[in-house]
Amino acid sequence: MTALRHILAVLLLALALISAPAFEARADDDAADPFAGLTSQSFDDVAQALTALAVSGNKQAGPTVTALQNEALFVTPDMALLIKTDDSYVNARTGEKVADVNEDDLSPVRVNNAVRAAIEAAKGGLDLVSTDVAARAHAAEQLFASHDAAALPLLATALIAEKDAGVRAIMLQAQAAALLSSDTGTEAEQLAAIATLRARGDIESKALLGSLHDKSPAVAAAAAAAISSLNQLEQIWGVAQGVFYGVSLGSVLLLAAAGLAITFGVMGVINMAHGEMVMLGAYTTYTVQSVIASVAPQWAGLSILLSVPLAFLVSGLVGVLIERCMIRFLYGRPLETLLATWGLSLVLQQAIRSIFGSSNRDVLTPAWMAGATRLGGLTITYNRLYIIIFAVIVIAALMAVLRYTALGLRMRAVTQNRRMAAAMGIRTPWIDALTFGLGSGVAGMAGVALSQIDNVSPNLGQSYIIDSFMVVVFGGVGNLWGTVVSAMTLGIVNKFLEPFAGAVLGKIVVLVALILFIQRKPRGMFPLKGRAVEQ
Amino acid sequence: MSRVSTSICILLVLGIAIGMAALNLGTDAGSAAHVSTYWISLVGKYLCFAILALALDLVWGFAGILSLGHAAFFALGGYAMGMYLMRQIGTRGVYGNAILPDFMVFLNYKELPWFWHGFDNPAFAILMAMLVPAVLALIFGFFAFRSRVTGVYLSIITQALTFALLLAFFRNDMGFGGNNGLTDFKDMFGYSLQSDATRSGLLVASAIFLVLCLLVARYVVTSRFGQVLIAVRDTESRTRFLGYRPESYKLFVFVLSAIMAGIGGALYVPQVGIINPGEFAPAGSIEAVIWVAVGGRGTLVGAILGAILVNAGKTYLTGAFPEIWLFALGALFILVTLLLPQGVLGLLQSMRGAKS
Repeated sequence: MTALRHILAVLLLALALISAPAFEARADDDAADPFAGLTSQSFDDVAQALTALAVSGNKQAGPTVTALQNEALFVTPDMALLIKTDDSYVNARTGEKVADVNEDDLSPVRVNNAVRAAIEAAKGGLDLVSTDVAARAHAAEQLFASHDAAALPLLATALIAEKDAGVRAIMLQAQAAALLSSDTGTEAEQLAAIATLRARGDIESKALLGSLHDKSPAVAAAAAAAISSLNQLEQIWGVAQGVFYGVSLGSVLLLAAAGLAITFGVMGVINMAHGEMVMLGAYTTYTVQSVIASVAPQWAGLSILLSVPLAFLVSGLVGVLIERCMIRFLYGRPLETLLATWGLSLVLQQAIRSIFGSSNRDVLTPAWMAGATRLGGLTITYNRLYIIIFAVIVIAALMAVLRYTALGLRMRAVTQNRRMAAAMGIRTPWIDALTFGLGSGVAGMAGVALSQIDNVSPNLGQSYIIDSFMVVVFGGVGNLWGTVVSAMTLGIVNKFLEPFAGAVLGKIVVLVALILFIQRKPRGMFPLKGRAVEQ
Repeated sequence: MSRVSTSICILLVLGIAIGMAALNLGTDAGSAAHVSTYWISLVGKYLCFAILALALDLVWGFAGILSLGHAAFFALGGYAMGMYLMRQIGTRGVYGNAILPDFMVFLNYKELPWFWHGFDNPAFAILMAMLVPAVLALIFGFFAFRSRVTGVYLSIITQALTFALLLAFFRNDMGFGGNNGLTDFKDMFGYSLQSDATRSGLLVASAIFLVLCLLVARYVVTSRFGQVLIAVRDTESRTRFLGYRPESYKLFVFVLSAIMAGIGGALYVPQVGIINPGEFAPAGSIEAVIWVAVGGRGTLVGAILGAILVNAGKTYLTGAFPEIWLFALGALFILVTLLLPQGVLGLLQSMRGAKS
């Protein structure tokens, strides 16, 4: 029995030497038998032994530490360590079952707060040498968060064996944090640690750097410099994040206003039912989703793509219908157009309410649009990103249609000089109807996008109508580029005002600023010049 | 013709109001001739809306300013009166605070905000009900008319104005009761708001103020000033070339109209018992426009007629067929603008013209 123990001890020594070569220098006894310290009566010895055990790489280390935590670790008179399991005892060093244990001879390994802390650290340390990369990374993060000096030897050992660059970086950061918080190491080491934390640059690093006033002057100065550069970096990312939110809000405004830029901007028709065209698009999305869910559930993720052209068609057709039945009788009477289209918007809202009910409808976000990613200090949510991309595509397509197609050419001709266009053989009434349909269709496509971020309810359109008019008027009537610039400006200004003034007050400030702006420049930022103005 | 219809209108408004009040107070609740207090308050409310419609017709019908934010002036007048009524509650509130209204106690206000001082005085409150809308109209109109913002642009920024006010009054820290507004009023000038006599009195007061506003408006539009105003409405640039300053004319009538709307609001609040930010909603202002359009734009009397007709229809339809009301209102907007550009009064006049 004793001989066996000797052989085992030699084997363990060999194991310890292979897996933790850096450790020899520290404590020879522990290296010889990492378990030995646990049998000691001194709490300090037990705590030290735990730390040593954790990084020893010994297979039995895990069960032993757990047993100690559960107060199921016992010492026999001949200094053997036994783990009490449900019905028997196991040798802590070997993991083998031990028969005939005299329970009266056993004394438990006692635990106090220092030992408990060491147990926690040891468990972290055990993960630090785990074979699972994620577990190692997690353990290193935990050590960074605790920045406990006791973990320094653990980290030193683990770092030598660590191959994965990502985990290594975290370990180095944890080492730096522990070093700085414990005031160990040379000044050069501390300066290096500050550089490491600065590179990490998160809130915890900053907090730690901020606690270094009482260090040597060089270290304190380095820490202060690191903090100010981190603050600067944070500000830059903050601005970038604000711009992203602003551009994202701007894209929403742009989508809502793009159709209006055609019907109001190009044709001069005040369409107060424009918001309802957006709403029809959103409800088309909902209908397509419901139909696909019942007919072909496996294509549910694609329903939103199918909704885009359908929403364009639905809203576009309704638009053509409105133009033919109502608006064409009101050309040249803008105030009457305003009232009639407002009435129409009430009718459309109530019609949708009667068909779909007044409660909000759920439009699902497909899996490929959910989630978020981090880009440096930016958080980018995918659905916002897709809306920005969608807005760019819609505007590009709209401009291409106006610029390069025969329809676009005719539209521009009619709006610039109706009688001359008619004299050249263009059927102006049809062009009016199609232009109005195009604007309404674009509004319908906007509805598909808005269904992803807003409640799909009969009131959806109303919340965008004033904003849309503001965007178009601010940008300059009849100028698509002006609409783009104005939507982005309003979006960004709104988002930057929010932190100072709150969302509601920010919106009020923007509205008042716009009212004042329109009084200064009634024709918007980019007024049309030349003959078009005279009409 | 116009003189005749104005006289008929004045007689009808006063006659109906006084008659209803008399029948409410003078007969027993059981008798067939009795007019219930519900009807008194309802008609009183219509008359307040008629004042708003009249104010709107003054600017839209005679100066060509289609304001889509006139309910803002109405609501401001209402808030001024509401603040007076709030102060009158005194210790009868839920928290029994003699100075602070309930919502302020609830929101942990330590003292009365500066703009609430003076509102315990009824004369001051009534003055404010006219002055606050007037000042807002003066500032807004001064900038808008001076920079020659006209037509739909003006309409849209008036809508933005009322929308901004809506958002502002929804905020709790504005000190106007936020979302819930001002309510739970007890009495006015010492008379209980629950009593039939006060309610009848308010109805008659609404009728009298409506008639006064009508007379003032008629005096303005039939005067030399009114002639220039109509010239501005029809061809603003030509009037300018003749040496007039259209912006001054517009500004005067815009401010006058805001004062009238404020009076309407101040009479409206004690009769309905509540004022909240919902009154600022842009939809409300546009609804007021359709009252004028239905009755006949630019006729003054038509605005009163339209306000009462549309609101009576609304009361009936929202009670009997709630689903139908928005369809009916929407259809009214479309049909009146397409088929009845002169409104009901215009239709009556052209029928009479065809007969004679």
